[in-house]
Amino acid sequence: MNPVVMELTVRGLLGRRRSLLLVVLPLLLLGLAALTRWASEGSINASSGLIGNFGMGTLLPLMCLLIGTGVIGPEIDDGSIVYLLAKPVPRRSILLAKLAVALATTVIFAVLPIVASTAIAGDEDLRLSSAYGLAALLAGFAYTTIFVALSVLTRNAVIVGLLYALLWESVLGGYVPGVRNVSVRQWALAPAEEMLGFRASGWGVSSAVTMPVGLSLLAVVVIGATWWGIAKLKTLRLAAAD
Amino acid sequence: MSTIVLDRVSRWYGNVVAVNDVSMTIAPGITGLLGPNGAGKSTLIAMMGGFLAPSTGTVALDGGAVWRNPAIYRAVGLVPEAEAMYDMITGWQFLLANARLHGLPDAPAAARRALETVDMVDASDRPIATYSKGMKQRVKMATALVHDPAVLLLDEPFNGMDPRQRLHLMDLLRRLASEGRTVLFSSHILEEVEQIADTIEVLVAGRHAASGDYRRIRRLMTERPHQYTVSSTDDRCLAAAIIAAGAADGVSVAGGSIAVQTSDFGRFTHALPRLAQESGVRLLEVDPADESLESVFAYLVAR
Repeated sequence: MNPVVMELTVRGLLGRRRSLLLVVLPLLLLGLAALTRWASEGSINASSGLIGNFGMGTLLPLMCLLIGTGVIGPEIDDGSIVYLLAKPVPRRSILLAKLAVALATTVIFAVLPIVASTAIAGDEDLRLSSAYGLAALLAGFAYTTIFVALSVLTRNAVIVGLLYALLWESVLGGYVPGVRNVSVRQWALAPAEEMLGFRASGWGVSSAVTMPVGLSLLAVVVIGATWWGIAKLKTLRLAAAD
Repeated sequence: MSTIVLDRVSRWYGNVVAVNDVSMTIAPGITGLLGPNGAGKSTLIAMMGGFLAPSTGTVALDGGAVWRNPAIYRAVGLVPEAEAMYDMITGWQFLLANARLHGLPDAPAAARRALETVDMVDASDRPIATYSKGMKQRVKMATALVHDPAVLLLDEPFNGMDPRQRLHLMDLLRRLASEGRTVLFSSHILEEVEQIADTIEVLVAGRHAASGDYRRIRRLMTERPHQYTVSSTDDRCLAAAIIAAGAADGVSVAGGSIAVQTSDFGRFTHALPRLAQESGVRLLEVDPADESLESVFAYLVAR
């Protein structure tokens, strides 16, 4: 990992206008959590419903999309990545540095707000917050890694990522049985379900896969996407003007 | 002293051939890569810079492959045509980051030296977003020079520069070449290239059309007859006067204008106003019919 690349990536990610969304979306979740608490008087089921559906299903993939495509996509689009690539720095270090920034940003702007929102909306000894925190951390890492790799692979990463996040993960992944088995969200919920034990079903935390399967598939996706991103960056073709 | 050797290099995108079977050697000194827009100059520079794999053929720097070999960037400085940089940081921060990415032992000193070279020290504490096009061009140049490379690849470096900045960059390139560096720059403007390049490589429609000393290429170009389209208040009268005065090799009158062909550019352009005045004819339009760079290139290719 290269500290200069990390520094430039942080400045690039937080210096753009769309970084405002990184603050607005978590604030929205926190606002909804407060509203849920007020409306349901701290019901854990209501809290789990909000975080499980909106937090994990919509907000998390969207935040990871913003972050994952934001750390490298704009530089590839406008060609400024050439200043990083035309250096005697292994492409692997460049991608890993960008991924590290993306993952840290995911934790700060997506995972922690999900934990806080769960605690605000309704919890019991922070059990639900911890479970959703773990699920958000695992899913967040997987989503962000996928979107970083996607940004290196295609100039249409935002559109492809949006279709994947909203259609596959959020809509189909929530309801269609076959799709549920191959959904990052379901894989990440498996350890959360395990963590909650007998309380899981009562609080509405359930996964379509078992914990070993979920964790294995998450590891495969994270390692695979990272490897893929590095391989693609090594042969990244910079658009020539003519 | 470094040399780039391209051996039968072609590059195509789908069915479109961008660079077609080009072999050339870029030696120390200044080489101008000349060609009209769309000739494949940027594609060729991208391949020399290791950003594009040739579809066939090889590109080597001092005998080593450039593709998938980031180690070459210790010896290569690159000025891309794209204007985008890290706009949110200052020129100084950008140069420092570039120096640190090169792993230079004294990065701040290298960054300062590069900024001094391009005369951008005063504006270096301003964000890059506030720079003019010419200033950005100079900062790009500084990033290419920060590690004191043996090879400089510059894609349209004079774009967006005012005449003073242009002269400054020309002086700089001459100085870098005199220090034994290999400097290659692309341009679609003949005058830019002939002012500073020792060697010219001409690229037309992806093909290597001419190569060598610019004076020789220029002579080839001037051997070709010049063509003009002239329209006046009395084309027949003017045409007769041009022929009678021997100011042109061939004259034809058709379609409301005179087509003139002359091998002596100076004689014709000096004679024309005088002949028009003497014949009592008013000149309405005088157009060089084939003076565009494209036609000059087409002529070179046809030879």
